[in-house]
Amino acid sequence: MERSLFGYIIRYSKRDQLLIVPLVVASMVLYFLSLDLPKTIINEPIQGKRFPDPESTVSFLSLALRLPEFLGGDWRLFDGFVLERMPYLFGLTLAFLALIVANGLLKFQINTMKGWMGERMLRRLRYALFDHILRFPLARFRRVKSAELATMIKDEVEPLGGFVGEALITPLFLGGQALTALLFILYQHVYLGMIALGMVAVQAVIIPKMRRRLLTLAKQRQLTARQLAGRIAEVSDGIVEIHAHDTSNHERADIAARLGRMFRIRFEFYQRKFLIKFVNNFLSQLTPFLFYSVGGYLVIVGKLDIGALVAVIAAYKDLPTPVKELIDWDQQRLDVQIKYTQVMEQFMVENLAPPSLQDVIDRPPLPQHGKICVSNLSLVDESGSKVVDGVSFEVGLDAHVAIVGRPDSGRSELAQLLARLVPPSSGTVSMGDIDITRAPEAVTGRALAYVGPSSYLFPLSVRENLLYALKHRPVREAVYAGDELREREFQLREAARTGGTSLDIGADWTDYESAGVANADALEDRVLDSLRIVEMEEPMFERGLRSAIAPERSTELRELLLGAREAMRERLVTLRMEDWVERFDPARYNRNATLAENLLFGAPVGKAFDIENLAQNPYVAQVLEETGLTGDLLAVGHQLAGTMVELFSDLPPGHEFFDQFSFIRHEDLPNVKAILARVTELGLTRIDPADRSQLLALPFKLISARHRLGLIDEALEGRVLEARRYFATRLPGTLRRAVEFFDPTRYTSAASLQDNILFGKIVSGQADATQRIGALMRQVLDELGLRPLVLKIGLDYQVGVGGARLTVAERQKIALARAILKRPAVLILDQALSVLDPASQSVVGARLAEHRKGEAIIWVLQRADAAERAQHVLVLESGRLVEQGTFAELKSRNGTLGRLLKEG
Amino acid sequence: MSLDQEVEMMRQIPLFSGIAPAMRKLLCFGSERLTYDPGQALVKVGDMADAAYIIIEGSAEVSVPSPHGPVIVNTLGKHEVIGEIAIFVDLPRTATVTAMTKVEALRIPKDLFINVVRQNPDAAIELIKVFAMRLVNTTQQLIKNRAGAK
Repeated sequence: MERSLFGYIIRYSKRDQLLIVPLVVASMVLYFLSLDLPKTIINEPIQGKRFPDPESTVSFLSLALRLPEFLGGDWRLFDGFVLERMPYLFGLTLAFLALIVANGLLKFQINTMKGWMGERMLRRLRYALFDHILRFPLARFRRVKSAELATMIKDEVEPLGGFVGEALITPLFLGGQALTALLFILYQHVYLGMIALGMVAVQAVIIPKMRRRLLTLAKQRQLTARQLAGRIAEVSDGIVEIHAHDTSNHERADIAARLGRMFRIRFEFYQRKFLIKFVNNFLSQLTPFLFYSVGGYLVIVGKLDIGALVAVIAAYKDLPTPVKELIDWDQQRLDVQIKYTQVMEQFMVENLAPPSLQDVIDRPPLPQHGKICVSNLSLVDESGSKVVDGVSFEVGLDAHVAIVGRPDSGRSELAQLLARLVPPSSGTVSMGDIDITRAPEAVTGRALAYVGPSSYLFPLSVRENLLYALKHRPVREAVYAGDELREREFQLREAARTGGTSLDIGADWTDYESAGVANADALEDRVLDSLRIVEMEEPMFERGLRSAIAPERSTELRELLLGAREAMRERLVTLRMEDWVERFDPARYNRNATLAENLLFGAPVGKAFDIENLAQNPYVAQVLEETGLTGDLLAVGHQLAGTMVELFSDLPPGHEFFDQFSFIRHEDLPNVKAILARVTELGLTRIDPADRSQLLALPFKLISARHRLGLIDEALEGRVLEARRYFATRLPGTLRRAVEFFDPTRYTSAASLQDNILFGKIVSGQADATQRIGALMRQVLDELGLRPLVLKIGLDYQVGVGGARLTVAERQKIALARAILKRPAVLILDQALSVLDPASQSVVGARLAEHRKGEAIIWVLQRADAAERAQHVLVLESGRLVEQGTFAELKSRNGTLGRLLKEG
Repeated sequence: MSLDQEVEMMRQIPLFSGIAPAMRKLLCFGSERLTYDPGQALVKVGDMADAAYIIIEGSAEVSVPSPHGPVIVNTLGKHEVIGEIAIFVDLPRTATVTAMTKVEALRIPKDLFINVVRQNPDAAIELIKVFAMRLVNTTQQLIKNRAGAK
């Protein structure tokens, strides 16, 4: 990318800029004419210069070509219309109007073209910068904060786009306009012209000088803003440390100091800016004063006609604006030049990967047989020390190799070199007959898989994270038609104009071949295999059971799960366990469900009937009122409040029992006590509405069977059932989508798989019921062959930002599954299992080894004893390969490995 | 079955009789009332102790593992308390308790139990009495065994 902004602009928008030039010139001509015409209007029809007597006429719009004598002299093209004084006036003024309209249209066209040009350049610049990020060497990311990169691409280049449109056209346009006006004034009268010229010169000299300081301020403003963005991101990344060490006030002070500095800078900036504005305005208003006095004098002494003076003043009215804008433009130029340079400084890095390294290659040659040959591989780090020093070895492409050494032995760096994440300082790595050190990423990204000690997951579903490793190129192009096709073609044209990629994100990028399967179904099976290898099958199954099916899933699936519901019911009957689950029955009150669930008798969709807030819902209140339930529930709420006050009053605030058992928070206790006192005084019916609604809300979470308070008797149950029916039948159309009612014969999409299969509540009071019902449900699903289905639904689980909705170990396992899914020729694991507990480390390790039998694994191990599983062991010390051989050999030799084993 | 009945039952058990009524009610409210089928285990040897139990109805046998299979060491009935010692030490259960008949039990979570004892000196003293009694029994048993061995 160009170091200078103008270089960049000229290189990429020369053609577009040139296309606008003729329009600008045409606009200048029209402008000159529109300045000249008023003079004619005043002097001729108004003052009657060419109308010596009432019958005089003149020819309007006559056109003549003035040619030299030898070509036949003047050549009249059009004799014009012959008009009297009054029509002549209107003819001229209409011509004036036409000029203004034409000039306006031209300007509109110019602005549109400028806008397009600017947007295109902005797009190009942003894309190019992003492209650079993708090609940065990894070391670069240790020095630049991600938030700062984002700010630069998002915010800092934004004004650049706006300026590109202005870059060449604006000085041309404004300069032309100012020059035209100046020439016009000079042409009218030399003195007046000189005055105008002088004032413009003063403006052009003083203002930029005053603005020099503004530029420094602008630069500081940009830098401090960028650093602020970086600091905010740091605080959010380090929030745990901040809480853990009570440093929030330190951070507050830091941000406050930064905001203070920014305030100073911005304050000075605005102060200067307004001072300059004042000087500028003063200078431009000084000139008319001179015009009126000097021009007026000239008219009086008869050296200037009045039409010319009016025209000069009109022309001068247009002069300060372009001059001021020109100065603004110059300011903007310097400003964006600074922005551009500052952004470029961050993006121009050494060792940027060449674009060819990331070219799309459909079927690159991949290493298949032979050996991994590493010769004389070295890596010098930023401080100049050799972290990997002349490592050479040869192993088969079917071997499992362990790399052991102390943490500072260069073992991780070697793994990164082998994975070609870091280019070596010297030496080569070849696999089969391919030179890995020079191969494009199309080769390394398919042939090698690297999993480090902590892997990143994208905030997508588990499935999408797994398939991420297969998305090297668009494999099946999307088919577009009609408007979509036109839109796609438009986007392609624009992408081509701005140096963007033509690859379509809408295409299907999943490369089945890379995973060794033929179609989507087979891929799904492969995904499940990979999950099994890393011990993620059970957790995903669990998540599947707990999730709701996405609406786009087939109805067939729902049918299958309804089958499971029926099978589960039958199984419970066979085992005489039907009492263990209290099924949802439209005609019965479910004592193991909350009162809220009993009333709603369905799964809430969205927030309207959220169980937590059901009591506050106006429709619910209406139903309670109309079915006469309000009084009952108020009584229950009153009793419940009494019990809670009795049970919890003596507990200290913040006691865990409040969270675990209480219907009332500790801080609400005094309030509830006060309400109870008011009830005693006034009676339940006469307390005010706020108290009522508080008491009314209490019983909604009451579960008769669990809480055993005996507050809901059979009669009340019957009335709740009535309210349930009333609720359903009178539900207004607007709320119909906010709840999905339970129906024994229908699948409830809004509820989880588990809830659908049970279709009821596990009874409280039956020992071990939850575990046994859970086991039974699994058994039933297995028998029906639905396990893979549930797993697939589990794969839709969203992992959250950075995989935060998974445990650290699960994240790492998903990363491992992602790595083996693409069947790399060499799997490189850099302490990839270290966050797993010891038991799963050995299980997953063994399964990986089994799965990769006959295919290479290079395994950097935290503990030397784990190397026993490998066929070949490399021992590193201070970046050097000090020993290699089989584990048994090296162990018996009692060398470095022996020592490492003793250290444990 | 209502909470009040459980509270009343608890009042009759010496260990809990000294506790303030509101606290006793809270203890019941925070506990689970569970039904066990004959043969179903209330606690298993080796599990971490996370609760104590009061048998409301039915009977259960206490067994400890031995090289020759489990040996039954005790039988528990109505209103007897199970596992109140284990929850004070973070050790796995030393015995298995299995329902002999259909058993109704109140399962008191460890945290709840400890908290109630902490706030009720009377309950703590009752608990010490229970432990002391056991110690006396065990010592006598030991002396008897020694004498037998000689």
